[in-house]
Amino acid sequence: MSEHAILLTALAILLLPLLSYAVLFFFGKKLPRQGDWLGVALLGAAWLLAVRIFTRFWAVGDPGLRVEGGVRWLDLGRFTADAGILVDGMTAIMLVVVTTVSLLVHLFSIGYMHGDRRYERFFAFLGFFTFSMLGIVLSNSLLFLYVFWELVGLASYLLIGFFFHKPSAAAANKKAFLTNRVGDFGFFLGILIFFTAYGTFNYFELFAAAHLSPLSGGLLTLAGVGLFMGCVGKSAQAPLHIWLPDAMEGPTPVSALIHAATMVAAGVYMVARLLPLFDPNALLVVAYVGAITAFLGATIAVVKTDIKKSLAYSTISQLGYMVMAMGVGVASAGMFHLWTHAFFKALLFLGSGSVIHAVHTQEMPLMGGLRRKMPITFWTFLIATLAISGVPFLSGFYSKDAILAGALAFGMTKAHYVPFLLALAAAGLTAFYMFRMVFLTFMGKPRDEERHHHAHESPWTMTVPLIALAVLAVVSSGWRGPTEGWFSRFVAPYDMARIVAQAPGAPHAGEVHAVPAAAHDEHALPQEPHGEPVHAEAAHEAPAHGEAAHGEAAHGDAHDAHVRHRAHITAMVLSILVAGLGILVSWLTYIRGRISAPAVLARLPRVHHVLQNMYFFDEFYAATVYRFTLWFSWLNGAFDRLVIDGIVNGMGYLTRMLSWFAGLADRYVVDGLVNGVGAVIQGAGEGFRRVQTGRVQSYLAYACFSVLLLVFVFRAL
Amino acid sequence: MTVGLEHYLTVSALLFGLGIYAVLTRRNAVALLMGVELILNAANLNFVAFARFVDGGVDGHIMAAFVIVLAAAEAAVALAIVLAMFRNFGTVNVDTVNRLKR
Amino acid sequence: MSGDLVFYGFALLTVLSGFFVVASRNVVHAAFSLLFTLFGVAGLYAQLGADFLAVTQTVVYIGGILVLVIFAVMMTRIPRSDAPRRGLDRAVPAAILSLLAFALVYMVIVGTRWPERATGAPEATVAEIGTGLMTTFVFPFEYASLVLLAAMVGAAILIRERAPQEDDCGDDGDGTEVQP
Repeated sequence: MSEHAILLTALAILLLPLLSYAVLFFFGKKLPRQGDWLGVALLGAAWLLAVRIFTRFWAVGDPGLRVEGGVRWLDLGRFTADAGILVDGMTAIMLVVVTTVSLLVHLFSIGYMHGDRRYERFFAFLGFFTFSMLGIVLSNSLLFLYVFWELVGLASYLLIGFFFHKPSAAAANKKAFLTNRVGDFGFFLGILIFFTAYGTFNYFELFAAAHLSPLSGGLLTLAGVGLFMGCVGKSAQAPLHIWLPDAMEGPTPVSALIHAATMVAAGVYMVARLLPLFDPNALLVVAYVGAITAFLGATIAVVKTDIKKSLAYSTISQLGYMVMAMGVGVASAGMFHLWTHAFFKALLFLGSGSVIHAVHTQEMPLMGGLRRKMPITFWTFLIATLAISGVPFLSGFYSKDAILAGALAFGMTKAHYVPFLLALAAAGLTAFYMFRMVFLTFMGKPRDEERHHHAHESPWTMTVPLIALAVLAVVSSGWRGPTEGWFSRFVAPYDMARIVAQAPGAPHAGEVHAVPAAAHDEHALPQEPHGEPVHAEAAHEAPAHGEAAHGEAAHGDAHDAHVRHRAHITAMVLSILVAGLGILVSWLTYIRGRISAPAVLARLPRVHHVLQNMYFFDEFYAATVYRFTLWFSWLNGAFDRLVIDGIVNGMGYLTRMLSWFAGLADRYVVDGLVNGVGAVIQGAGEGFRRVQTGRVQSYLAYACFSVLLLVFVFRAL
Repeated sequence: MTVGLEHYLTVSALLFGLGIYAVLTRRNAVALLMGVELILNAANLNFVAFARFVDGGVDGHIMAAFVIVLAAAEAAVALAIVLAMFRNFGTVNVDTVNRLKR
Repeated sequence: MSGDLVFYGFALLTVLSGFFVVASRNVVHAAFSLLFTLFGVAGLYAQLGADFLAVTQTVVYIGGILVLVIFAVMMTRIPRSDAPRRGLDRAVPAAILSLLAFALVYMVIVGTRWPERATGAPEATVAEIGTGLMTTFVFPFEYASLVLLAAMVGAAILIRERAPQEDDCGDDGDGTEVQP
């Protein structure tokens, strides 16, 4: 496939969902079946094209290969902006993730959203979202990344608030949008810092420029953290995670697509994509934020009784994993987890949707014993749970394991063990609460006979996606880690030397031929026998430290490789242990009943209280940010009322006074003049009237006078 | 100097002035008419004086004769009016008979 | 020389009388002053050799017109002791005007070169006047007679007392009562 063809295919993938949106939004109601088949068909076509690109990149197998092409979009003389498409291995991965999950969600929604009054709108919005998400993935510049970032936020708003008649839904989508805005503010600042420094938005131009002339330390860290803020908002990291649980107000397919698999992963993708722009300090922030989020999410998920809320916190936790991975230096592992997580989390959500559809409740205390009633749902859900818990052989194990290894190595080399510890604890908790979910929902005795009686398996439109995702949950890892297996064909650390060599200049549509990958992740695992040679190369940390001395790096790298090997083994052992422990405790509690959950909670009332209230984040924000904002708004309002209105009214008053003066002038001067003229005329008239005396003699006198006058005049002539 | 044209003309002018004064001043209607007569006589005097000193013919005399005739007609009519006035208003004071006022 | 004296005598008579005509408070005095004025004028006519005119003046003017005036004066006298004051407010402007008139005329008289011709002894004028009236001035002559006729008729009509009518009694709106 020529590079031109790749770009066109990418463009087609981008626009097909947009077409779906346009047609369904405006004409959906008139189509047979409201056009759901059209949405599925267009997404199916996009999916096929994505697979095509995927296979192409698989064949080439060079993660450094990239195809870029664009057009001049804005030319204002001093400022220009290009609209372009970037396709590389990472892009191919993301394309498959997005189109696959979107297609399956489309299919699932046919059953789930059946009978809804705005059925066609739902599919239209799904198409719009998919278009926006693909825009994020395909963009080659920060500017358009931001544009599509916002569009995705809009799509999320529309879909969360799909049942807008519900006040809780309306509040939720507002909260999501505003929280995102906070993150986006920092994001935009970061973008602007980079643009101001280097004059371009294009990724690779920025990478090269930042590598060659890095900003001063503080500013670079700040810019990196700024960019990261976008991730914090979009990917629901602490402390901006508050919107994701509320986003569960949206229909379950929406939760599956957006808030599990794709949109929330956009932040992770963004950090991975822009990794060369983060310096070690920024990455440290990233790592801690991710680790804390992972732990925080897991702890809350343990106590939630609403199945979707529990899954939401689980998502927050898993996103924390991915973010942490970026921070500790195993970005490839983070991307790998994004890939596997997309499939099993989507499966978990759709599965929960299937359950909700059957029992018409989201509260797990009202469920139980659904195993027999909904076998397909049960088995697929179980597979996903095994995957997310990190049970070996399923996809989640390989990705999570890679992350933990990286975290441990990070701790060992940089003496920051906290991320690893938090992540490990989260892993255990994850296993615990996920199995809790399975046990409460599908096992044991039904706690609500009425609901249980009516429950039944879902239609094929819903179960087929479940099965498809379950298969993916098993195979998507390829049973290898991110750096040893097929994944390394697609995603690997940036080859900075190559990037610098190819810059500067506008992105050109051309295959960037690979020098056989000289790329190496500093923290990568020691290769399997068929792996790539260990090389020292300037990794993403180069911009800040400027280390490029080949020899020195090579020496240090050998040491690091040893450390990493040890870390990997240790981490793997620990993660399996912890997962097993979690499953065991969960089984004991919920199946065997040996541990009584209420008793435990009773012993830790304060802990329970804090967890149940989700660490009081919302309350904290309400007391501080919201209160301040409302007060500030009130202040502005008062200012507007008193000062502005005061001035305006004052002007009005002043004008009235001046007008009164003018009126005086008008009344007395002008009218005086006018009336005066009249009076004068009248007076003159009165005067002249006196000529008419009625006395002949006076007439005679006048006549005589006139005659004499005339005579004198003519005599003078 | 010898009495000449100018002397007569001067007398005539004096009469004329007096007549004007009378016409403009007198309240009594009849007295007013007397003033008119004075003016007429002044004119006549002019005619005759010119006839004597300039013309040498009698055209001036004839004019004067005509003036006398017309003066008579005018006096008749005017006095008839005055009498009618007296009958209607009980007075011949020209000031009080001011129906033409305004 | 004696002619000049006569002239001055008559002139004085005329002007002086004229003054009294104008100035007399009593209308009767004024009328009789007018008599002397007219007589003085007649005398001046005689001085100027206008024999016919002098006599005509005396007979017609004094004998006719003046008599008429005296009749009018007699008939219109208000038997009230306190006659209204003379219009003093008019005296000044009137005086000015008349003085102006006199001045004007006098300036013309003095300023103009009159084409005088030597005058011989006065001759009788009657024949010439008669001839003139019948030839050159025949039209005015006829018109004059018509005017006299009209004046006669008009005066008669004007002076006629209206026959008593039904609405003739009472006030006609001017404060005076019309006697039927």
